Amino acid sequence: MQKNILSIKNLNLFFGNKQILKDVSIDFPEHQVTSLIGPSGCGKSTLLRSCNRMHDLSSEAKIEGNLFFGNIDIYDKKNSVTEIRKKIGMVFQKPNPLPKSIYENLAYPLRIHNYPKSEIPELIESALKESYIWEEVKDDLHKPAVRLSGGQQQRLCIARTVVLRPEVILMDEPCSALDPISTRKIEELILKLKENYTVIIVTHNMQQAQRISNQVAFMYLGELIEYDSCEAIFNNPKQELTKNYIGGYFG
Amino acid sequence: MKSKIGTFFIWVVLVGSTALVCLFLGVILWDIFSKGLPGITLDFIFKLPTKGMTQGGILPAIFGTLLLTLITTLFAVPFGVACATYLNEYARPTLITNVIRASIRNLAGVPSIIYGLFGLALFVQALNLGTSLLSAGLTLGLLSLPYIITTTEEALKRIPNSLREATLALGITQFEMIKDVILPKALPGIMTGVILTLSRAAGETAPILFTGVAFFVNGGAGSLNSEFMALPYHLYMLSTQHASIELVRPLAYGTAVVLIALVFLLNTFAYFLRYKYRTQN
Repeated sequence: MQKNILSIKNLNLFFGNKQILKDVSIDFPEHQVTSLIGPSGCGKSTLLRSCNRMHDLSSEAKIEGNLFFGNIDIYDKKNSVTEIRKKIGMVFQKPNPLPKSIYENLAYPLRIHNYPKSEIPELIESALKESYIWEEVKDDLHKPAVRLSGGQQQRLCIARTVVLRPEVILMDEPCSALDPISTRKIEELILKLKENYTVIIVTHNMQQAQRISNQVAFMYLGELIEYDSCEAIFNNPKQELTKNYIGGYFG
Repeated sequence: MKSKIGTFFIWVVLVGSTALVCLFLGVILWDIFSKGLPGITLDFIFKLPTKGMTQGGILPAIFGTLLLTLITTLFAVPFGVACATYLNEYARPTLITNVIRASIRNLAGVPSIIYGLFGLALFVQALNLGTSLLSAGLTLGLLSLPYIITTTEEALKRIPNSLREATLALGITQFEMIKDVILPKALPGIMTGVILTLSRAAGETAPILFTGVAFFVNGGAGSLNSEFMALPYHLYMLSTQHASIELVRPLAYGTAVVLIALVFLLNTFAYFLRYKYRTQN
């Protein structure tokens, strides 16, 4: 039996009067890749973003229910949101490097979190290696990060998340802005990352979900319809909706 | 065929309007520079005025304007940037913040003489600062605030939200994000707005009229609580209020050239700053 690292219980989320998530309960096992799939607007990104409190930015969002990270209540006011975000990192749809050099993109968060100065260069090198980008950037670490290609920027963003040694990495369609070659590199990277981290990924690409996931959760109109192992969802879905979506009848 | 004529007509209107604007600008500059440049000598810039302003230079006025702009900067930039940062980064979009924002936009349209009267009532009289360099600088600061707030807010708005999310997702606090990522990124836009605002403030006459400027100050300006001379007011006095206007006309034109050159310098600086940051990022 796998240990669950993130447990969501009866989560309801509203934007203003509109209910986006309806009574969602789901557990994410440790050191596995879990994909969230479903048609646009089904709430999968919203669910992902509630895991590291990114909805705090929006004055419209209202959250009910419980999210547990280990035994830490993520939405308990006593818990520091910065500590939670450090442990539950996030990679976004569009690569979003900071307007700093490649090196500074990783050094800045390390400094903010008070890592000893002497350890920083080493941590950066290992994070860049872990994210398969070291070979491409090792000679111009002090070049502005925005000069990298889209795929390189996205791997840099993953390295920037990894450098803080999080326990969970949330990925919101990380390949949707990338070409097939960059996409393949990121997929390989994700499979590697699950040895040390738990990955939760939102994807629109069924093949991608099949290639990388251990579990797949299918969502529709704010509800969790089916959640099972990757094989079960793709070969033997129990719900009619799941079958239709995977078969490409809607979405 | 008909559409070709239409296109040509529009072309004539557009080019004609542009040419007309350039013509007016050219005439003004030519008039000022042709009459003012002969009077620009080192003595004119570095000497005190003598013999009832009919001879000598305008050093105290240049010095006064520079000091005045410095005080305006020290007062308006920190408050303006802080206010814009609050409005754009912290304040939730409620009715009150919208009212505040609309009021600030409206303040930018208030005639400058009103600021002069307000400065007189507040700084000179109520706060008892007297007619002084400090009162005038603070009044110009009030005049500049709405522009600085508005341009800074625009600069902050241009920063994509994805950058804020990227930073916050690393467990960085909002304050650190604003200090280390958002403000540095917005700096070129903020600086451009600040410099353009200051170059406008440096040329204002009405706000300093009641609050501290003087036609002549013996020994030049120097301290915060004394009256001072300033280029725009000097120009105004020489052109309209002097006893022998014909005699001082060349001096008036010379002053105009110096004032325009100062504003032009500030604008060029803003342009280069923007260019430098744009090529860097």
